[in-house]
Amino acid sequence: MRVTQGAFSFLPDLTDQQIHTQVQYCIDNDWAVSLEYTDDPHPRNTYWEMWGHPMFDNPDAAAVVYELNECRKIHGGKYIRIMAFDSTAGWESVRLSFIANRPKTEKGFRLSREEIRGRSVRYSITPYSTDLPEGERY
Amino acid sequence: MCSEEVLGEEQEIVEEVDLAKDFKESGVGEILDELDTSLTGLEPVKTRIRETAALLIVDKARRKLGLVNEPLTLHMSFSGNPGTGKTTLALKMADLLHKLGFVRKGHLVSVTRDDLVGQYIGHTAPKTKEVLKKAMGGVLFIDEAYYLYRPENERDYGQEAIEILLQVMENNRDDLVVILAGYKDKMAKFFESNPGFRSRIAHHIEFPDYTSDELLEIAQKTLKEQHYKLTPQAIVALSDYIRLRRDQAHFANARSIRNALDRARLRHANRIFNESIGLLNADQLSTIDDVDILSSRVFKGGIDNF
Repeated sequence: MRVTQGAFSFLPDLTDQQIHTQVQYCIDNDWAVSLEYTDDPHPRNTYWEMWGHPMFDNPDAAAVVYELNECRKIHGGKYIRIMAFDSTAGWESVRLSFIANRPKTEKGFRLSREEIRGRSVRYSITPYSTDLPEGERY
Repeated sequence: MCSEEVLGEEQEIVEEVDLAKDFKESGVGEILDELDTSLTGLEPVKTRIRETAALLIVDKARRKLGLVNEPLTLHMSFSGNPGTGKTTLALKMADLLHKLGFVRKGHLVSVTRDDLVGQYIGHTAPKTKEVLKKAMGGVLFIDEAYYLYRPENERDYGQEAIEILLQVMENNRDDLVVILAGYKDKMAKFFESNPGFRSRIAHHIEFPDYTSDELLEIAQKTLKEQHYKLTPQAIVALSDYIRLRRDQAHFANARSIRNALDRARLRHANRIFNESIGLLNADQLSTIDDVDILSSRVFKGGIDNF
């Protein structure tokens, strides 16, 4: 099941050239671009691992694509996303976030139903990947 | 979107090219003209830059015709004595490469050994990579590059920086251009002991020393920019100064002259401050006389604070 989080997730995967173009747009807007990766794609998992520091002072997107490829060498089987943080007063938040790398096979989510009082049902989802301990998931 | 103009991407293949038009549109002619007027002397360097510019324009045209796909190796080495205009030229080079579309942003990141080499194990690689990332899309200027390599200390971290540098110079050729600069003999030694660098650098440009006449011209140009002028006697004194200073220790071409002028201005300020009674006009405040230059220690055979 394809994980659809962040921008462009309903499109085919972006090529490096397209990523470069997107990142350059962010840099030209003075947003700080950073890389994060995870092996737990639950939508409520906001705590992805950081890959290095946010890149504040690179005027060219080639640096981000370079780091992305470095990250792929080690975490190529996981989800990697690119985030662009806008620090201008009033925004102070992530302006763009998109997945730049995903595992070859995405295991998807288990839907569990729990019957609670009054026979109403409570739903929750769990990524199949998190059945395995960290480090063995993808 | 700027990256569309960058070479190495898919481009429409055309049948014919107009070199003169390309040259005009790129704005390179203006840079070359500016080089001619703003830099005194340095004829061999200017010729090399003109040749390089021609190569770049032709290469760009060949790309348009679909004759080349490989990125051009543009890494350079500037060697010459202190104060011969290496850094100044690197700035112009960045501009030139940007105008021709060989680098995307055209900024210059100027570094020395301290910016690349770390102080403890594991510190160097991130530091070097950080600098390289900052320079991507532009030009990385490494001043006194030979200090990266210290053969006397085999555990020196400089070697690590060199390895990363070489790797990026090879793999990210279309992302950045590296210019190594330094004094001639030391650079020659550096390339000798690092053949990897020698083979990855296509353009070696040598900066000759300035002649005395050129230095005098530079001095006058600098003063003019600062709205100072020299009396005829002062010009004679200054050319004597240059002649004497050349043969003394620590002579750094244009930089020595600039420093000499700064000191002349200081003496001039002191002189008019002590002598003046009453009102001064702009002329008096901006005219350097021969006494301001002749009181330099250079004329007494001593070294004039570099």
